[in-house]
Amino acid sequence: MDYFAQQLINGLVLGSIYGLIAIGYTMVYGIVGMINFAHGDVFMIGGFIALISFLVLVSVGLTAVPVILLIVLLVSMAITALYGWTIERIAYRPLRHSFRLAPMLSAIGMSFVLTNFSQVSQGARVKPVPPIVTGGYTLHEGESGFVVQLSNIQIVVVITTIVLLGLFTWLVSRTRLGRDMRACEQDQTMAALLGVDVDRTISMTFVIGAALAAVAGMMYLLYYGLVDFFMGFVAGIKAFTAAVLGGIGSLPGAMLGGLAIGLIETFWSAYFSVEYKDVAAFSILIVVLIFMPTGLLGRPEVEKV
Amino acid sequence: MSSAPILALENLTMRFGGIVAVNALSFSAQRKQITALIGPNGAGKTTVFNCITGFYKPTSGVIRLTHDDGTQYEMQKLKDFNISKQAKVARTFQNIRLFPGMTALENLMVAQHNALMRASGLTLLGLLGVPSWRTAEQSAIDNAVFWLKRVGLLDRADDAAGNLAYGDQRRLEIARAMCTGPALLCLDEPAAGLNARESAALSELLLSIRSDHGTSILLIEHDMSVVMEISDRIVVMDYGVKIAEGTPRDIRDDPKVIAAYLGTDEEEAAAVLEAEA
Amino acid sequence: MSASLPASSPPASNGSEPVGAGFILKKAVLSALVALGLFSLMVGVRTEAGQSGQLEYWTRFGELASLVGAVFVGSIVVELLRLWLGPRGGLGSFVPASVQSGLSVAGRYLAPALLIFTLLVPVIFYNQRYILDLGILVLTYVMLGWGLNVVVGLAGLLDLGYVAFYAVGAYSYGLLSTTFGLSFWICLPLAGILAAFWGVLLGFPVLRLRGDYLAIVTLAFGEIIRLVLINWQDVTGGPNGISGIPRPSLFGIPLTPGPDGLAAMLGIPFSPTHRIVFLFYLILALALLTNWVTIRLRRLPIGRAWEALREDEVACRALGINITTTKLTAFATGAMFGGFAGAFFATRQGFISPESFTFQESALVLAIVVLGGMGSQLGVALAALAMIGGFELFRSLEVYRMLVFGLAMVLVMIWRPRGIVGHRSPTVFLEKSKSISSDLVKEGHG
Repeated sequence: MDYFAQQLINGLVLGSIYGLIAIGYTMVYGIVGMINFAHGDVFMIGGFIALISFLVLVSVGLTAVPVILLIVLLVSMAITALYGWTIERIAYRPLRHSFRLAPMLSAIGMSFVLTNFSQVSQGARVKPVPPIVTGGYTLHEGESGFVVQLSNIQIVVVITTIVLLGLFTWLVSRTRLGRDMRACEQDQTMAALLGVDVDRTISMTFVIGAALAAVAGMMYLLYYGLVDFFMGFVAGIKAFTAAVLGGIGSLPGAMLGGLAIGLIETFWSAYFSVEYKDVAAFSILIVVLIFMPTGLLGRPEVEKV
Repeated sequence: MSSAPILALENLTMRFGGIVAVNALSFSAQRKQITALIGPNGAGKTTVFNCITGFYKPTSGVIRLTHDDGTQYEMQKLKDFNISKQAKVARTFQNIRLFPGMTALENLMVAQHNALMRASGLTLLGLLGVPSWRTAEQSAIDNAVFWLKRVGLLDRADDAAGNLAYGDQRRLEIARAMCTGPALLCLDEPAAGLNARESAALSELLLSIRSDHGTSILLIEHDMSVVMEISDRIVVMDYGVKIAEGTPRDIRDDPKVIAAYLGTDEEEAAAVLEAEA
Repeated sequence: MSASLPASSPPASNGSEPVGAGFILKKAVLSALVALGLFSLMVGVRTEAGQSGQLEYWTRFGELASLVGAVFVGSIVVELLRLWLGPRGGLGSFVPASVQSGLSVAGRYLAPALLIFTLLVPVIFYNQRYILDLGILVLTYVMLGWGLNVVVGLAGLLDLGYVAFYAVGAYSYGLLSTTFGLSFWICLPLAGILAAFWGVLLGFPVLRLRGDYLAIVTLAFGEIIRLVLINWQDVTGGPNGISGIPRPSLFGIPLTPGPDGLAAMLGIPFSPTHRIVFLFYLILALALLTNWVTIRLRRLPIGRAWEALREDEVACRALGINITTTKLTAFATGAMFGGFAGAFFATRQGFISPESFTFQESALVLAIVVLGGMGSQLGVALAALAMIGGFELFRSLEVYRMLVFGLAMVLVMIWRPRGIVGHRSPTVFLEKSKSISSDLVKEGHG
């Protein structure tokens, strides 16, 4: 039971990270109808930028951890958002009304570019960082000596996720930008005719998605204490799975799907086999798409004849 | 020859969530006749078509098709492709669905897929190029040429279907449906978007398909001149139910039908009829 | 997606904006600023784990400055090119439409010319091992491209896990030959059949899926197969792979220096080049077989059904075409060719490991098919030559190679979204075969 409780906590934390990435997939899919293959790599870039800014801040003599974290968060969100903007501008916008395969291949190409850019610029080796947020609470000490722990970093990840999610929900449901985004999702032509700047709205979608991926990247760095140039691929596919599981296009669905994938992966590793944890995640993707193509919270697609 | 109607719908009901698109509809289409299904927009005509041709599974009811030799099919039980393959029901679409990147001839060759698959020995004999395959292929081309000629598109045989004019595409779609060798041809608004001359040609074509080829026709149409001219029987739908059935003359004078179309009540419609008379 | 938007024209390429020195300069400065933002930390600061495992960093402001400068200059150059190439601008007009139609005319002569040249390659370059090896590599990708073309180009089914079938073929031969000692010529058809079997097995559940969903599921399948190959150590040898895979024989005659070898039988001195030349012709024969079968299939009802499926699935159903079997045969046929290519790969390398079957390979083959112009056999061959050849040219760039490759993929898609050969030739005609513009040809939904 204690073991189960510990896995539950770990799974929820991992799920929060997946959920943050999944939101980027779901937003982009909702508005331009394409899988942003490079999104996983945007997450990776976010992790790298968090790492570098953290190193620089520490070396200039900052010691207050909350201040450092806040600055790192803002810097990585800002720069990663710029990546999101640039990617859309270079690789997707010229192909917006092109054939369906073209943006997909362009996205795959962009993913290669980002992966190898960070390999070239930062080297291929894994980058470890010492634990930044330490300490935690012991929730329960079992008779067998197994301890259920909730570490501070886990609290930080979950709270950050909740706060950002709240902020983001407000943005989409209450602001003008959010309204424009929902309008473009429904019908771009009509939105344009009604005075919505479609280009800008789509750009902003990528910017927000990238910023959230940057948060996920930073949380990943804090939680696992390392980043590497290849981590975007698998994390990206899993986050996409989460987005589909939740129902693509649905924002709460993306978060829910993220949590589900995080839990499944954690429990699979804990009770079955660590080697096959990715196989489990991919299998779930396949099973979900086949039996529940609209996901948990998605809208069913009606075939018109 | 079987005396049963070629197509009989019994209590056909189709629900989408809470909406009842078709409600306990029963009617039949007679052999070697042209039956028209008319009604205001949203009456549920295309839904009926989609049930008959297997794109929707009806919520309840029976769609029975009887071939000339008496073989019966309950179409709601057939898989979608078997409705064309076994039950021999062909259809066209309200928004033309040709294969735009293939030539007119290729479109008609695809329509003969099942016969050609058999002739090609499920591809294997065809791959080897045995003579029986070559003759089968040639006869399929001849059949396609026959229908291209029939709809006046022989000179466009080698042009991409997507490059044809709108009216030509409509006719090509009918030719493609006929290439499947149907017992029943279902046409969804074949005259939509055609000019007067093209409509007249269409009427002529449909009458000839009925008389010369013995194919029964079920059509949805809004162009009343076409409907009244060629239909043997007319079924009128509104709000998912049948409100009238009869010969064109009966329908023309039915106050219920006029009320449905004009959106007035029956008494007013009857008054209009009397005033006209 | 809506087709075209009045209010959102492509950026700066519609020519309606005032273009002057000031505009270009402003744009270049903006681009440089964006580049500064992007590269500030990623390039300006280099991190590396030090001796004690502690992460260290040093700055590289020189590199950062030159990169930002390069973006500034590059931006000016691109704007000037746009100005120079006319209002439609952009990379799209780099190759005028006349070249495309010229290609279609030249295609009739280009294909035989290419074939003759390919046949002569081992004669001309007999002493240049590097060229022969490269030729074998290109031909392997030509074959893979032609195989995937059946699935993506003809049937319009987007498959991002094609490499899985390549892997199945390679491991089939590797395992059958090392475990049971079966010869290459027995294993080759078996590898194809096994791959086709897997194609059906994987294809069956995903038939209902369309478009991007199908793509992502096939990607997941590809990854699952690779992960199983890595983790199922007892059978596959895990990450170490299978080594000591037998080399192919010329129908039982080994190409070895021994007394029973081919060289001894012909009474000529043995040379390792013999085997390379043999491999070259072997893959050429396999590729040509793929090509021949595909061309034949296109003219048969099954091939037409594939193309019809790509054009309009609903209409296919209305015409009595069984969508399920039609899609499965496309999957199986494509997979079978992938399996053949895999068996060849295994016998050529003598060693296989999961590393050869990553998603990058799938993406590369897909890029070849799309760049070639979906459905065009000649286009695929040219694209394979350009991609693999180009990839080799950049070998000296080492780590930058994939970076350049990714950039090339993006640029090529922007340049020619419909590929090199942008037309489709009909499978049957009465009077005259007129090629069909790719604007009319659909790319499928599944």
